[in-house]
Amino acid sequence: METNIPNRDFTQNACKLCAPLGACLAYKGVKGAIPFLHGSQGCATYIRRYLISHFREPLDIAASNFSEASTIFGGGEALKTGLLNIVRQYSPEMIGVASTCLSETIGEDVPLALRELRISKGITGLPSMPFASTPSYAGTHADGFQAAVLSMVKTIAGADKPESIEQPVVNILPGMLSTADLRHLREISEDFGLKPVILPDYSETLDGGPWAEYQKLPSGGTSVEEIKCMGASVMSVEFGKVSTSGLSAAEYLEKEFHVTARKMERPIGVKATDLFMNELSHASGKPVPEKYEKERARLIDSYVDGHKYVAGKTAAVFGEADMVTAICGFLSEIGITPVIAASGDMSSRFVAAMKEAVSDFDEKDIRIIDSADFRDIEEAVEELSPDILIGSSKGFAMSRKTGVPLLRAGMPIHDRMGGARILQIGYRGTQAFFDSICNTLIENMQEESEIGYTYI
Amino acid sequence: MTDISILDERKKQIFTKGNDDFEMKCESQSVSGSVSQRACVFCGSRVVLYPIADALHLVHGPIGCAAYTWDIRGALSSGPQLHRLSFSTDLRETNVIFGGEKKLYAALTQLIEMYKPKAAFVYATCIVGVIGDDVDSICRKVTEETGIPVIPVHSEGFKGTKKDGYAAACQALFTLFDNFSPNMDEKPKFAINILGEFNIGGEAWIIKEYYRRMGVNIISVMTGDGRVDDIRNAPLASLNVVQCSGSMTGLAKMMKEKFGIPYIQVSYFGVEDTAKALYDVAEFFGDAELLKNTSEMIKAEIAEIHPEVLSIRRQLEGRKAAVYVGGAFKAFSLLKALKNIGMDVVVIGSQTGAKEDYKTLKEICDPGTIIVDDASSLELAKFIIEKKADLVIGGVKERPIAYKMGIGFCDHNHERKIPLAGFEGMLHFAREVRNTVLSPVWKLFPARNEVKKESSGKAA
Repeated sequence: METNIPNRDFTQNACKLCAPLGACLAYKGVKGAIPFLHGSQGCATYIRRYLISHFREPLDIAASNFSEASTIFGGGEALKTGLLNIVRQYSPEMIGVASTCLSETIGEDVPLALRELRISKGITGLPSMPFASTPSYAGTHADGFQAAVLSMVKTIAGADKPESIEQPVVNILPGMLSTADLRHLREISEDFGLKPVILPDYSETLDGGPWAEYQKLPSGGTSVEEIKCMGASVMSVEFGKVSTSGLSAAEYLEKEFHVTARKMERPIGVKATDLFMNELSHASGKPVPEKYEKERARLIDSYVDGHKYVAGKTAAVFGEADMVTAICGFLSEIGITPVIAASGDMSSRFVAAMKEAVSDFDEKDIRIIDSADFRDIEEAVEELSPDILIGSSKGFAMSRKTGVPLLRAGMPIHDRMGGARILQIGYRGTQAFFDSICNTLIENMQEESEIGYTYI
Repeated sequence: MTDISILDERKKQIFTKGNDDFEMKCESQSVSGSVSQRACVFCGSRVVLYPIADALHLVHGPIGCAAYTWDIRGALSSGPQLHRLSFSTDLRETNVIFGGEKKLYAALTQLIEMYKPKAAFVYATCIVGVIGDDVDSICRKVTEETGIPVIPVHSEGFKGTKKDGYAAACQALFTLFDNFSPNMDEKPKFAINILGEFNIGGEAWIIKEYYRRMGVNIISVMTGDGRVDDIRNAPLASLNVVQCSGSMTGLAKMMKEKFGIPYIQVSYFGVEDTAKALYDVAEFFGDAELLKNTSEMIKAEIAEIHPEVLSIRRQLEGRKAAVYVGGAFKAFSLLKALKNIGMDVVVIGSQTGAKEDYKTLKEICDPGTIIVDDASSLELAKFIIEKKADLVIGGVKERPIAYKMGIGFCDHNHERKIPLAGFEGMLHFAREVRNTVLSPVWKLFPARNEVKKESSGKAA
């Protein structure tokens, strides 16, 4: 193993996005919620544009639209005016507020402004307004995402158990998954007879059907009411062990409300999915439904069918550290060595999580690159010549240059249809992922072969 | 159909031709809390300077600004591709506390050593303005040390609107002419600069080819397929032809003042405007052969595309379009081009139009058309639905609004990859509009079916 934390004075083609983007995405997973950035107009617009190109769905993000005057004299009034304008136009159930570089640097006290707004005379019926501090000079979009999830739990969650719900409730804190992954999580939990509260769940708000009428805020998402009851759930399952610098949302719920926190890698691969299924089985007191036993059996069967195509192959995986870790764990399960694991995140936990996730870690020669940009990744790819690249569509330029095929995973995927709903988790998602990996390698083999075999 | 209301602060920015006293309030900061489609000062600067392919573009700030503008535009280069890389000083907390000047200096010197660019543009973002890094003096120092122009672009996001970013970019371009005093006797014949043309999908190449056939020399295009040395020679031209008026008129004015070069405003979008642009240039030089070449070429080009455009026109006759674009000048041309293919414009607006622009828009659009400045996404949705548009023309942020309601969409911002300029561009445009408006997929949409029923079978 070799770790490599680049120390340079510039970033060339970042393998990360800014913290407020992560916060906006997390907030979009709540029913009737609108993200609100305290900062200049550009942040909201750029983030909208970027996320729209990934999800291909309408996505409104409001901003306090800082002017030069707000920058000099403070943006508290602009923030309050903006929030009230949003209430007037959108009637949201929650406004997810996040700061930007600008408002953080000039030292805006957002919580104070929110309190002042609440106690202002004549203003009633304000929605929940969780606030996440997300200066992007202090973290990446993964940190911003987690900060927003934690802020929602801290601001809204209580321990009142809803009487109307009879089945056991589990909290699922999935991190930055695809919309198909989120839907599959719900399906799995419900098949166990559980009521899942998935925070956030943007599977419908950012991947819905056509509208008969214009929806100011798309339907779907975890409701504020559900979040209110998260302290009364039987268990919290939280995916990912890297991208939280302080207390995670599950840990907070455990500390405040004694809800058992189970932290695990996102369930990609047989082993990781088994672990998840076991937790749900434990929480529900029910065995794993036969449907999943069958999916698991089919998956292992296909591992055998495809094992020679992947045996001894090497991969470079890049993206959010939690995704990279889970994928590397899965790759080592099928016999691919992840020779490069790169993330733009800056977390001291990355190496430790990789050690836990990847079997026989010490025997493998894995280059882990923390705070990576695409220049670092490309240099490592040129040196180590992996057989496949796995990561966002931003790896395309590198793939084209080095000739190593790219399998798209994670976010953003700006150059394919359906990039936002790639199913990757559970036995079913792993199946799709495994097939794609095999097929990418087979296709590459065909392309490189002079003869071009049609029977493989 | 929808209960979208308009914020009081916004009511002076929306008018319907024929219904209201027309006095557009524009060129102002977006209302706080309105989900404006606008970006920021940085965006304006980045758009203009982005296509200069042999320059280093270094964004000085935290990572977001650089990450979101990495290779997002369809501005093509026939040579170097340096502009397609995304460089940032990626400021961290310690830089914010202790200042980012050292990092900027180190980044610049390292990158210039690595890539040997012809010039470097340093974009100052929001927090650079706040923490007070002396970007100008760093740039001066690196210029002295490396011998290439290292130009600060003051594009702090909060300092105004996208338009202020255009001005910052013009200022930056203008500094490329420092120490340049053209010898007027050595001016090439019939030589022009094209300003405000960004070579989206290769549009500059189409336009350059027209001028080549006419016999007009192009000294530089600013900034499509741009090269620093070409731009530095721009003062040798006899005429500046400004396409994107919003972004580049500022530079044309500065060049007029310093070098005495006159400028005209043109558009290369649509048959009518393209022809007018080419004739205007030919007439400026007044040469008989040039005029003859121009006239012959235009006739040949129109004859080439006319039959197919006409056939598309027959298919689209009477359909309605909503247009929301960045600059107002583009909106004028779009309105004419849409009329050309048989469509009625029912909503038209821009992010950065000036009062005069809106007056012109009012004159050329039909009664009942909604004219809007700096629209929010909700307002756009409201007008598009109320006016029963069959097509929306805009950028990436407007696209999903249209698609969700089952309405066709045509991208007319910098991210598109298909050239829409010139005569052949008009054909691409007509085809794209037809392909989306007449797609059978809309028949499966609940909202569109309702509209069809109400319009009592007018639609095909």
